[in-house]
Amino acid sequence: MRTFDYIRPASVPEAVAAGQVPGTAFLAAGTNLVDLMKGGVATPERVVDITRLPGLSSIERLPDGATRIGTLVRNSDLAHDAMFEKTYPMVAEALLAGASAQLRNAATVGGNLMQRTRCPFFTDAVSPCNKRAPGSGCAALGHATRIHAVQGWSEHCIATHPSDFCVPLAALDAVVEIAGPDGAREVPLTAFHHLPGDHPERETELQPGELITGLRLPPEAASFRGHARYLKVRDRTSYAFAVVSAAAALTLEAGGRIGQARLALGGLALKPWRVAEAEAALSGQAPSPEAFAKAAAAALAGAKPTGEANAFKIELARRVAIRALTQAAAGTPARIPALPASPFGIV
Amino acid sequence: MTIPLRLTLNGQPREIALDDPRVTLLDLLRERLGLTGAKKGCDRGQCGACTVLVDGRRINSCLTLAASLDGAEVLTIEGLAEGDRLHPVQAAFIAHDGFQCGFCTPGQIMSAVGLIREGHAGTDPERIREGMSGNLCRCGAYAGILEAVEDAAGQAEHREDAA
Repeated sequence: MRTFDYIRPASVPEAVAAGQVPGTAFLAAGTNLVDLMKGGVATPERVVDITRLPGLSSIERLPDGATRIGTLVRNSDLAHDAMFEKTYPMVAEALLAGASAQLRNAATVGGNLMQRTRCPFFTDAVSPCNKRAPGSGCAALGHATRIHAVQGWSEHCIATHPSDFCVPLAALDAVVEIAGPDGAREVPLTAFHHLPGDHPERETELQPGELITGLRLPPEAASFRGHARYLKVRDRTSYAFAVVSAAAALTLEAGGRIGQARLALGGLALKPWRVAEAEAALSGQAPSPEAFAKAAAAALAGAKPTGEANAFKIELARRVAIRALTQAAAGTPARIPALPASPFGIV
Repeated sequence: MTIPLRLTLNGQPREIALDDPRVTLLDLLRERLGLTGAKKGCDRGQCGACTVLVDGRRINSCLTLAASLDGAEVLTIEGLAEGDRLHPVQAAFIAHDGFQCGFCTPGQIMSAVGLIREGHAGTDPERIREGMSGNLCRCGAYAGILEAVEDAAGQAEHREDAA
Protein backbone atom coordinates (compact mmCIF):
# COMPACT_ATOMS: atom_id res chain seq x y z
CA MET A 1 0.00 0.00 0.00
CA ARG A 2 1.34 3.41 -0.89
CA THR A 3 1.60 5.68 2.10
CA PHE A 4 -0.64 8.69 2.50
CA ASP A 5 -1.37 11.61 4.77
CA TYR A 6 -4.15 10.83 7.21
CA ILE A 7 -6.57 13.65 7.98
CA ARG A 8 -9.39 13.53 10.51
CA PRO A 9 -11.69 16.53 10.02
CA ALA A 10 -14.09 17.63 12.77
CA SER A 11 -16.98 18.79 10.58
CA VAL A 12 -18.51 18.39 7.13
CA PRO A 13 -17.19 21.79 5.92
CA GLU A 14 -13.70 20.81 7.09
CA ALA A 15 -14.00 17.49 5.26
CA VAL A 16 -15.17 19.21 2.08
CA ALA A 17 -12.29 21.69 2.26
CA ALA A 18 -9.79 18.87 2.77
CA GLY A 19 -11.35 16.86 -0.05
CA GLN A 20 -10.76 19.52 -2.67
CA VAL A 21 -7.04 18.86 -2.81
CA PRO A 22 -6.26 16.60 -5.81
CA GLY A 23 -5.31 13.03 -4.88
CA THR A 24 -7.61 12.95 -1.84
CA ALA A 25 -9.96 10.09 -0.98
CA PHE A 26 -12.69 10.08 1.66
CA LEU A 27 -12.55 7.09 4.01
CA ALA A 28 -15.68 5.72 5.66
CA ALA A 29 -15.51 2.04 6.71
CA GLY A 30 -12.89 1.36 4.05
CA THR A 31 -14.29 -2.06 3.13
CA ASN A 32 -13.78 -1.27 -0.55
CA LEU A 33 -11.21 1.56 -0.45
CA VAL A 34 -8.68 -0.19 1.84
CA ASP A 35 -8.98 -3.34 -0.27
CA LEU A 36 -8.24 -1.32 -3.43
CA MET A 37 -5.35 0.45 -1.72
CA LYS A 38 -3.83 -2.89 -0.71
CA GLY A 39 -4.03 -4.01 -4.32
CA GLY A 40 -2.48 -0.81 -5.66
CA VAL A 41 -5.68 0.06 -7.53
CA ALA A 42 -6.42 3.13 -5.42
CA THR A 43 -3.35 5.22 -4.56
CA PRO A 44 -4.59 8.33 -2.75
CA GLU A 45 -1.99 10.76 -1.44
CA ARG A 46 -4.35 11.96 1.27
CA VAL A 47 -7.07 10.08 3.10
CA VAL A 48 -9.76 12.11 4.82
CA ASP A 49 -11.39 9.97 7.52
CA ILE A 50 -15.06 10.91 7.78
CA THR A 51 -16.08 8.09 10.12
CA ARG A 52 -16.40 10.28 13.21
CA LEU A 53 -18.17 13.26 11.60
CA PRO A 54 -21.20 14.23 13.66
CA GLY A 55 -24.78 14.22 12.37
CA LEU A 56 -24.44 11.70 9.54
CA SER A 57 -25.53 8.50 11.31
CA SER A 58 -29.28 8.74 11.77
CA ILE A 59 -32.37 7.33 10.04
CA GLU A 60 -35.25 9.81 10.20
CA ARG A 61 -38.82 9.68 8.97
CA LEU A 62 -39.65 13.23 7.82
CA PRO A 63 -43.05 14.90 8.36
CA ASP A 64 -43.97 14.53 4.66
CA GLY A 65 -43.44 10.75 4.77
CA ALA A 66 -39.98 10.79 3.19
CA THR A 67 -37.07 9.08 4.94
CA ARG A 68 -33.59 10.50 5.27
CA ILE A 69 -30.64 8.18 5.87
CA GLY A 70 -27.32 9.63 6.99
CA THR A 71 -24.36 8.63 4.86
CA LEU A 72 -22.55 6.92 7.77
CA VAL A 73 -25.43 4.59 8.68
CA ARG A 74 -24.05 1.06 8.51
CA ASN A 75 -25.67 -1.38 6.07
CA SER A 76 -26.74 -3.80 8.81
CA ASP A 77 -28.21 -1.04 11.00
CA LEU A 78 -30.33 0.19 8.11
CA ALA A 79 -31.50 -3.28 7.11
CA HIS A 80 -32.54 -4.11 10.69
CA ASP A 81 -34.12 -0.76 11.56
CA ALA A 82 -37.73 -1.73 12.35
CA MET A 83 -39.35 1.25 10.58
CA PHE A 84 -37.06 0.96 7.58
CA GLU A 85 -37.51 -2.79 7.10
CA LYS A 86 -41.29 -2.50 7.31
CA THR A 87 -41.54 0.53 5.01
CA TYR A 88 -38.93 -0.36 2.38
CA PRO A 89 -38.71 -4.16 2.56
CA MET A 90 -37.00 -4.71 -0.77
CA VAL A 91 -34.23 -2.28 0.18
CA ALA A 92 -33.65 -4.17 3.44
CA GLU A 93 -33.67 -7.48 1.56
CA ALA A 94 -31.12 -6.16 -0.95
CA LEU A 95 -28.86 -4.95 1.86
CA LEU A 96 -28.98 -8.36 3.56
CA ALA A 97 -28.25 -10.08 0.25
CA GLY A 98 -24.99 -8.18 -0.07
CA ALA A 99 -21.50 -9.11 1.18
CA SER A 100 -21.06 -10.84 4.56
CA ALA A 101 -22.31 -9.95 8.04
CA GLN A 102 -18.88 -8.54 8.96
CA LEU A 103 -18.81 -6.30 5.91
CA ARG A 104 -22.42 -5.18 6.38
CA ASN A 105 -21.62 -4.24 9.99
CA ALA A 106 -18.94 -1.86 8.72
CA ALA A 107 -19.97 -0.69 5.25
CA THR A 108 -21.82 2.62 5.04
CA VAL A 109 -24.65 3.94 2.90
CA GLY A 110 -22.50 6.49 1.07
CA GLY A 111 -19.67 4.00 0.65
CA ASN A 112 -22.05 1.57 -1.00
CA LEU A 113 -22.86 4.16 -3.67
CA MET A 114 -19.16 4.93 -4.15
CA GLN A 115 -17.92 1.34 -4.40
CA ARG A 116 -15.95 0.54 -7.53
CA THR A 117 -16.55 -2.10 -10.15
CA ARG A 118 -15.30 -5.64 -9.50
CA CYS A 119 -14.19 -6.03 -13.13
CA PRO A 120 -11.07 -8.19 -12.67
CA PHE A 121 -9.14 -6.14 -15.23
CA PHE A 122 -9.80 -3.03 -13.14
CA THR A 123 -8.92 -4.64 -9.80
CA ASP A 124 -5.73 -6.39 -10.95
CA ALA A 125 -3.98 -2.99 -11.09
CA VAL A 126 -1.94 -3.92 -14.18
CA SER A 127 -4.22 -4.64 -17.15
CA PRO A 128 -5.12 -1.86 -19.56
CA CYS A 129 -8.22 -0.21 -18.05
CA ASN A 130 -9.73 3.09 -19.13
CA LYS A 131 -11.33 3.51 -15.73
CA ARG A 132 -8.12 3.10 -13.74
CA ALA A 133 -5.68 4.50 -16.32
CA PRO A 134 -7.61 6.65 -18.82
CA GLY A 135 -6.56 6.04 -22.42
CA SER A 136 -4.88 2.68 -21.71
CA GLY A 137 -7.65 0.63 -23.32
CA CYS A 138 -10.07 -2.02 -22.05
CA ALA A 139 -8.57 -5.43 -21.42
CA ALA A 140 -11.98 -6.87 -20.62
CA LEU A 141 -13.32 -6.38 -24.13
CA GLY A 142 -12.75 -9.63 -25.97
CA HIS A 143 -12.13 -11.45 -22.70
CA ALA A 144 -15.67 -10.88 -21.56
CA THR A 145 -16.77 -12.78 -18.50
CA ARG A 146 -20.11 -13.38 -16.90
CA ILE A 147 -19.94 -10.23 -14.76
CA HIS A 148 -19.65 -7.82 -17.68
CA ALA A 149 -22.31 -5.49 -19.02
CA VAL A 150 -25.09 -6.10 -21.51
CA GLN A 151 -26.64 -2.63 -21.24
CA GLY A 152 -25.12 0.83 -21.54
CA TRP A 153 -21.52 -0.25 -22.20
CA SER A 154 -19.12 1.35 -24.62
CA GLU A 155 -16.03 0.17 -26.46
CA HIS A 156 -14.04 1.93 -23.72
CA CYS A 157 -15.51 0.06 -20.74
CA ILE A 158 -17.78 -2.93 -20.23
CA ALA A 159 -17.77 -3.01 -16.43
CA THR A 160 -20.82 -3.31 -14.18
CA HIS A 161 -21.67 -1.63 -10.88
CA PRO A 162 -21.66 -4.23 -8.10
CA SER A 163 -24.15 -2.75 -5.62
CA ASP A 164 -27.31 -4.57 -4.56
CA PHE A 165 -28.52 -1.65 -2.41
CA CYS A 166 -28.53 0.81 -5.32
CA VAL A 167 -30.93 -1.32 -7.38
CA PRO A 168 -34.07 -0.92 -5.21
CA LEU A 169 -32.97 2.64 -4.38
CA ALA A 170 -33.07 3.48 -8.08
CA ALA A 171 -36.50 1.86 -8.39
CA LEU A 172 -37.79 3.98 -5.49
CA ASP A 173 -36.46 7.30 -6.86
CA ALA A 174 -33.94 7.82 -4.06
CA VAL A 175 -32.16 11.17 -3.99
CA VAL A 176 -28.47 11.60 -3.08
CA GLU A 177 -27.74 14.54 -0.77
CA ILE A 178 -24.33 16.11 -1.36
CA ALA A 179 -22.25 18.75 0.44
CA GLY A 180 -19.67 20.63 -1.60
CA PRO A 181 -17.55 23.75 -1.79
CA ASP A 182 -20.57 25.67 -3.15
CA GLY A 183 -23.03 24.36 -0.57
CA ALA A 184 -25.53 21.53 -0.62
CA ARG A 185 -27.14 19.96 -3.67
CA GLU A 186 -29.12 16.87 -4.59
CA VAL A 187 -28.90 14.37 -7.44
CA PRO A 188 -31.40 11.61 -8.24
CA LEU A 189 -29.73 8.24 -7.69
CA THR A 190 -30.61 7.25 -11.27
CA ALA A 191 -28.40 10.13 -12.49
CA PHE A 192 -25.64 9.68 -9.89
CA HIS A 193 -23.66 6.91 -11.62
CA HIS A 194 -22.39 7.59 -15.13
CA LEU A 195 -22.45 5.18 -18.04
CA PRO A 196 -18.93 4.79 -19.43
CA GLY A 197 -19.27 6.47 -22.85
CA ASP A 198 -15.95 8.02 -23.86
CA HIS A 199 -14.90 8.71 -20.26
CA PRO A 200 -15.16 5.62 -18.05
CA GLU A 201 -12.97 7.35 -15.47
CA ARG A 202 -15.82 9.79 -14.71
CA GLU A 203 -17.77 7.41 -12.55
CA THR A 204 -20.21 9.60 -10.64
CA GLU A 205 -21.71 13.06 -10.48
CA LEU A 206 -19.44 14.02 -7.57
CA GLN A 207 -17.01 16.86 -8.18
CA PRO A 208 -13.70 17.15 -6.27
CA GLY A 209 -14.37 17.85 -2.60
CA GLU A 210 -18.03 16.89 -2.81
CA LEU A 211 -19.17 14.50 -0.10
CA ILE A 212 -22.33 12.41 0.09
CA THR A 213 -24.09 13.39 3.31
CA GLY A 214 -27.19 11.24 2.98
CA LEU A 215 -29.91 9.62 0.95
CA ARG A 216 -33.58 10.46 0.84
CA LEU A 217 -36.45 8.21 -0.13
CA PRO A 218 -39.44 10.30 -1.29
CA PRO A 219 -42.88 9.86 0.33
CA GLU A 220 -44.24 7.71 -2.57
CA ALA A 221 -41.53 5.10 -1.93
CA ALA A 222 -43.49 3.90 1.12
CA SER A 223 -46.58 3.03 -0.95
CA PHE A 224 -44.92 -0.11 -2.36
CA ARG A 225 -44.31 -1.76 1.01
CA GLY A 226 -46.92 -4.50 0.53
CA HIS A 227 -45.65 -5.71 -2.85
CA ALA A 228 -41.91 -5.34 -3.14
CA ARG A 229 -39.12 -7.88 -3.64
CA TYR A 230 -35.45 -8.04 -4.51
CA LEU A 231 -34.25 -11.15 -6.31
CA LYS A 232 -30.55 -11.89 -6.83
CA VAL A 233 -29.00 -14.65 -8.92
CA ARG A 234 -25.34 -15.37 -8.23
CA ASP A 235 -22.71 -18.08 -8.40
CA ARG A 236 -23.27 -19.10 -4.76
CA THR A 237 -26.24 -18.38 -2.53
CA SER A 238 -24.45 -16.17 -0.02
CA TYR A 239 -21.54 -13.73 -0.05
CA ALA A 240 -21.26 -13.22 -3.81
CA PHE A 241 -21.97 -10.39 -6.21
CA ALA A 242 -25.04 -10.57 -8.43
CA VAL A 243 -24.75 -12.01 -11.89
CA VAL A 244 -28.21 -10.51 -12.41
CA SER A 245 -30.67 -9.04 -9.92
CA ALA A 246 -34.05 -7.30 -9.96
CA ALA A 247 -35.96 -4.99 -7.65
CA ALA A 248 -39.69 -5.13 -8.37
CA ALA A 249 -42.40 -3.12 -6.61
CA LEU A 250 -46.09 -2.70 -7.30
CA THR A 251 -49.11 -0.96 -5.90
CA LEU A 252 -52.32 -2.94 -6.42
CA GLU A 253 -55.68 -1.21 -6.71
CA ALA A 254 -58.97 -2.39 -5.22
CA GLY A 255 -59.88 -4.46 -8.28
CA GLY A 256 -56.47 -6.13 -8.20
CA ARG A 257 -55.05 -4.21 -11.13
CA ILE A 258 -51.58 -2.67 -10.96
CA GLY A 259 -51.50 1.01 -10.06
CA GLN A 260 -47.83 1.92 -10.18
CA ALA A 261 -44.96 -0.38 -11.02
CA ARG A 262 -41.23 -0.05 -10.42
CA LEU A 263 -38.57 -2.30 -11.90
CA ALA A 264 -34.79 -1.91 -11.76
CA LEU A 265 -32.21 -4.49 -12.79
CA GLY A 266 -28.73 -5.03 -11.34
CA GLY A 267 -25.63 -6.67 -12.81
CA LEU A 268 -26.35 -5.43 -16.32
CA ALA A 269 -24.63 -2.04 -16.50
CA LEU A 270 -22.53 0.51 -14.66
CA LYS A 271 -25.71 1.67 -12.94
CA PRO A 272 -29.02 0.13 -11.90
CA TRP A 273 -31.00 -0.34 -15.13
CA ARG A 274 -34.44 1.20 -15.02
CA VAL A 275 -36.63 1.63 -18.09
CA ALA A 276 -39.72 3.87 -17.97
CA GLU A 277 -41.51 1.91 -20.73
CA ALA A 278 -41.28 -1.30 -18.73
CA GLU A 279 -43.02 0.29 -15.77
CA ALA A 280 -45.60 2.09 -17.91
CA ALA A 281 -46.48 -1.21 -19.60
CA LEU A 282 -47.64 -2.60 -16.23
CA SER A 283 -49.77 0.30 -15.06
CA GLY A 284 -53.48 -0.53 -15.26
CA GLN A 285 -52.83 -4.19 -16.10
CA ALA A 286 -53.90 -7.22 -14.11
CA PRO A 287 -50.81 -8.95 -12.70
CA SER A 288 -50.21 -11.84 -15.11
CA PRO A 289 -47.32 -13.76 -16.66
CA GLU A 290 -48.07 -12.06 -19.97
CA ALA A 291 -47.99 -8.55 -18.49
CA PHE A 292 -44.76 -9.30 -16.61
CA ALA A 293 -43.15 -10.78 -19.75
CA LYS A 294 -44.00 -7.64 -21.69
CA ALA A 295 -42.47 -5.42 -19.00
CA ALA A 296 -39.35 -7.59 -18.79
CA ALA A 297 -38.92 -7.43 -22.57
CA ALA A 298 -39.14 -3.64 -22.43
CA ALA A 299 -36.53 -3.53 -19.64
CA LEU A 300 -34.14 -5.57 -21.79
CA ALA A 301 -34.77 -3.60 -25.00
CA GLY A 302 -31.49 -2.79 -26.71
CA ALA A 303 -29.48 -5.22 -24.57
CA LYS A 304 -26.33 -6.42 -26.30
CA PRO A 305 -23.70 -8.85 -24.99
CA THR A 306 -20.02 -7.90 -25.17
CA GLY A 307 -19.20 -11.44 -26.31
CA GLU A 308 -20.37 -15.02 -26.14
CA ALA A 309 -19.51 -15.33 -22.45
CA ASN A 310 -22.20 -12.96 -21.22
CA ALA A 311 -24.91 -13.43 -23.85
CA PHE A 312 -26.83 -15.65 -21.42
CA LYS A 313 -27.37 -12.70 -19.08
CA ILE A 314 -30.03 -11.16 -21.30
CA GLU A 315 -32.33 -14.18 -21.09
CA LEU A 316 -31.43 -14.67 -17.42
CA ALA A 317 -32.28 -11.03 -16.65
CA ARG A 318 -35.61 -11.38 -18.48
CA ARG A 319 -36.52 -14.38 -16.35
CA VAL A 320 -35.29 -12.78 -13.12
CA ALA A 321 -37.39 -9.68 -13.86
CA ILE A 322 -40.49 -11.80 -14.45
CA ARG A 323 -39.88 -13.84 -11.28
CA ALA A 324 -39.30 -10.70 -9.17
CA LEU A 325 -42.50 -9.11 -10.48
CA THR A 326 -44.38 -12.36 -9.78
CA GLN A 327 -43.03 -12.44 -6.21
CA ALA A 328 -43.87 -8.75 -5.70
CA ALA A 329 -47.45 -9.34 -6.87
CA ALA A 330 -47.76 -12.24 -4.40
CA GLY A 331 -46.94 -9.85 -1.57
CA THR A 332 -44.00 -8.94 0.64
CA PRO A 333 -43.30 -11.77 3.10
CA ALA A 334 -43.89 -11.02 6.79
CA ARG A 335 -40.20 -11.58 7.48
CA ILE A 336 -37.19 -11.40 5.19
CA PRO A 337 -36.39 -15.00 4.21
CA ALA A 338 -33.43 -16.82 5.79
CA LEU A 339 -31.66 -16.59 2.44
CA PRO A 340 -32.44 -13.00 1.42
CA ALA A 341 -33.25 -12.40 -2.25
CA SER A 342 -32.41 -15.98 -3.12
CA PRO A 343 -34.35 -17.90 -5.77
CA PHE A 344 -33.78 -20.96 -3.55
CA GLY A 345 -35.29 -19.45 -0.40
CA ILE A 346 -38.76 -20.00 0.94
CA VAL A 347 -41.31 -17.64 -0.71
CA MET B 1 3.46 11.73 11.36
CA THR B 2 2.32 10.06 14.59
CA ILE B 3 -1.36 9.39 15.05
CA PRO B 4 -2.52 9.15 18.66
CA LEU B 5 -4.96 6.30 19.20
CA ARG B 6 -6.94 5.44 22.32
CA LEU B 7 -8.51 2.00 22.42
CA THR B 8 -10.16 -0.18 25.01
CA LEU B 9 -8.65 -3.51 24.13
CA ASN B 10 -10.12 -6.59 25.80
CA GLY B 11 -11.32 -4.35 28.61
CA GLN B 12 -8.00 -2.55 29.15
CA PRO B 13 -7.47 1.10 28.13
CA ARG B 14 -4.54 1.43 25.73
CA GLU B 15 -2.84 4.51 24.34
CA ILE B 16 -1.00 3.87 21.13
CA ALA B 17 1.15 6.22 19.07
CA LEU B 18 0.64 5.00 15.53
CA ASP B 19 3.63 5.80 13.34
CA ASP B 20 2.07 4.70 10.04
CA PRO B 21 -1.48 5.43 8.84
CA ARG B 22 -1.49 2.25 6.73
CA VAL B 23 -1.61 -0.07 9.73
CA THR B 24 -4.80 -2.11 9.82
CA LEU B 25 -6.41 -3.20 13.06
CA LEU B 26 -5.28 -6.76 12.27
CA ASP B 27 -1.63 -5.73 11.86
CA LEU B 28 -1.81 -3.57 14.98
CA LEU B 29 -3.07 -6.54 17.00
CA ARG B 30 -0.70 -9.13 15.59
CA GLU B 31 2.49 -7.23 14.86
CA ARG B 32 2.53 -4.50 17.46
CA LEU B 33 0.45 -5.69 20.40
CA GLY B 34 1.34 -9.38 20.36
CA LEU B 35 -2.23 -10.59 20.04
CA THR B 36 -1.96 -13.25 17.36
CA GLY B 37 -5.37 -14.86 17.91
CA ALA B 38 -6.98 -12.99 15.01
CA LYS B 39 -5.52 -14.60 11.90
CA LYS B 40 -4.36 -13.17 8.60
CA GLY B 41 -5.94 -15.44 6.00
CA CYS B 42 -6.72 -13.55 2.81
CA ASP B 43 -6.06 -10.05 4.22
CA ARG B 44 -8.76 -8.78 1.82
CA GLY B 45 -12.05 -9.26 3.68
CA GLN B 46 -12.96 -12.51 2.01
CA CYS B 47 -12.22 -15.24 4.56
CA GLY B 48 -13.23 -13.89 7.98
CA ALA B 49 -10.20 -15.33 9.84
CA CYS B 50 -9.44 -11.82 11.17
CA THR B 51 -12.89 -11.25 12.67
CA VAL B 52 -12.96 -9.27 15.93
CA LEU B 53 -15.65 -7.19 17.66
CA VAL B 54 -15.39 -3.40 17.44
CA ASP B 55 -17.88 -1.60 19.69
CA GLY B 56 -19.65 -4.93 20.07
CA ARG B 57 -19.99 -5.66 16.34
CA ARG B 58 -18.10 -8.24 14.32
CA ILE B 59 -15.97 -6.78 11.52
CA ASN B 60 -13.03 -7.77 9.32
CA SER B 61 -10.01 -6.28 11.11
CA CYS B 62 -7.90 -6.63 7.93
CA LEU B 63 -9.96 -3.96 6.13
CA THR B 64 -10.13 -1.51 9.03
CA LEU B 65 -7.47 1.18 9.32
CA ALA B 66 -6.45 1.35 12.97
CA ALA B 67 -6.22 5.14 12.76
CA SER B 68 -9.97 5.33 12.18
CA LEU B 69 -10.78 3.57 15.48
CA ASP B 70 -9.84 6.26 18.00
CA GLY B 71 -12.02 5.73 21.08
CA ALA B 72 -13.27 2.29 20.04
CA GLU B 73 -13.72 -0.84 22.15
CA VAL B 74 -12.04 -3.87 20.61
CA LEU B 75 -12.65 -7.46 21.72
CA THR B 76 -10.47 -10.24 20.36
CA ILE B 77 -10.44 -13.98 20.99
CA GLU B 78 -7.86 -13.38 23.76
CA GLY B 79 -10.42 -11.35 25.72
CA LEU B 80 -13.28 -13.83 25.50
CA ALA B 81 -12.61 -16.31 28.31
CA GLU B 82 -12.80 -15.32 31.97
CA GLY B 83 -9.59 -16.73 33.35
CA ASP B 84 -9.80 -20.49 32.87
CA ARG B 85 -13.54 -20.37 32.24
CA LEU B 86 -14.19 -20.55 28.52
CA HIS B 87 -16.83 -18.40 26.87
CA PRO B 88 -19.90 -20.54 26.05
CA VAL B 89 -19.19 -20.25 22.31
CA GLN B 90 -15.61 -21.49 22.85
CA ALA B 91 -16.91 -24.40 24.93
CA ALA B 92 -19.52 -25.23 22.27
CA PHE B 93 -16.86 -25.36 19.54
CA ILE B 94 -14.96 -27.93 21.61
CA ALA B 95 -18.07 -29.92 22.49
CA HIS B 96 -19.16 -30.13 18.84
CA ASP B 97 -15.72 -30.49 17.29
CA GLY B 98 -16.19 -27.27 15.32
CA PHE B 99 -12.73 -27.25 13.79
CA GLN B 100 -9.97 -29.31 12.32
CA CYS B 101 -6.73 -27.39 11.77
CA GLY B 102 -7.90 -24.46 13.90
CA PHE B 103 -6.66 -21.60 11.74
CA CYS B 104 -10.10 -20.13 11.02
CA THR B 105 -11.39 -20.91 14.53
CA PRO B 106 -10.74 -17.59 16.33
CA GLY B 107 -12.54 -15.80 13.48
CA GLN B 108 -15.36 -18.35 13.50
CA ILE B 109 -15.81 -17.98 17.26
CA MET B 110 -15.73 -14.17 17.24
CA SER B 111 -18.16 -14.17 14.32
CA ALA B 112 -20.49 -16.54 16.20
CA VAL B 113 -20.32 -14.33 19.31
CA GLY B 114 -21.24 -11.36 17.10
CA LEU B 115 -24.04 -13.30 15.38
CA ILE B 116 -25.61 -14.32 18.70
CA ARG B 117 -25.40 -10.73 20.01
CA GLU B 118 -27.06 -9.43 16.84
CA GLY B 119 -30.02 -11.66 17.65
CA HIS B 120 -31.46 -12.09 14.14
CA ALA B 121 -30.67 -15.73 13.50
CA GLY B 122 -31.90 -17.39 16.69
CA THR B 123 -31.35 -21.14 16.46
CA ASP B 124 -32.59 -21.43 12.86
CA PRO B 125 -29.85 -23.43 11.07
CA GLU B 126 -30.51 -21.73 7.72
CA ARG B 127 -30.19 -18.26 9.27
CA ILE B 128 -27.06 -19.30 11.18
CA ARG B 129 -25.43 -20.66 7.99
CA GLU B 130 -26.29 -17.44 6.12
CA GLY B 131 -25.10 -15.31 9.06
CA MET B 132 -21.78 -17.17 9.19
CA SER B 133 -21.11 -17.03 5.44
CA GLY B 134 -18.34 -14.48 5.93
CA ASN B 135 -16.16 -17.12 7.62
CA LEU B 136 -14.55 -19.74 5.45
CA CYS B 137 -13.19 -23.06 6.75
CA ARG B 138 -10.89 -24.80 4.31
CA CYS B 139 -11.00 -28.01 6.35
CA GLY B 140 -14.75 -28.06 5.81
CA ALA B 141 -15.70 -28.31 9.48
CA TYR B 142 -18.97 -26.55 8.77
CA ALA B 143 -21.19 -29.29 10.17
CA GLY B 144 -19.54 -29.05 13.60
CA ILE B 145 -19.40 -25.25 13.44
CA LEU B 146 -23.13 -25.09 12.73
CA GLU B 147 -23.90 -27.44 15.65
CA ALA B 148 -21.68 -25.40 17.95
CA VAL B 149 -23.36 -22.11 17.03
CA GLU B 150 -26.85 -23.63 17.31
CA ASP B 151 -25.98 -24.96 20.76
CA ALA B 152 -24.44 -21.68 21.98
CA ALA B 153 -27.34 -19.65 20.54
CA GLY B 154 -29.80 -21.92 22.34
CA GLN B 155 -27.91 -21.50 25.62
CA ALA B 156 -27.92 -17.71 25.16
CA GLU B 157 -31.71 -17.78 24.66
CA HIS B 158 -32.13 -19.82 27.86
CA ARG B 159 -29.97 -17.38 29.81
CA GLU B 160 -32.14 -14.51 28.55
CA ASP B 161 -35.32 -16.38 29.52
CA ALA B 162 -33.90 -16.97 32.98
CA ALA B 163 -32.82 -13.35 33.42
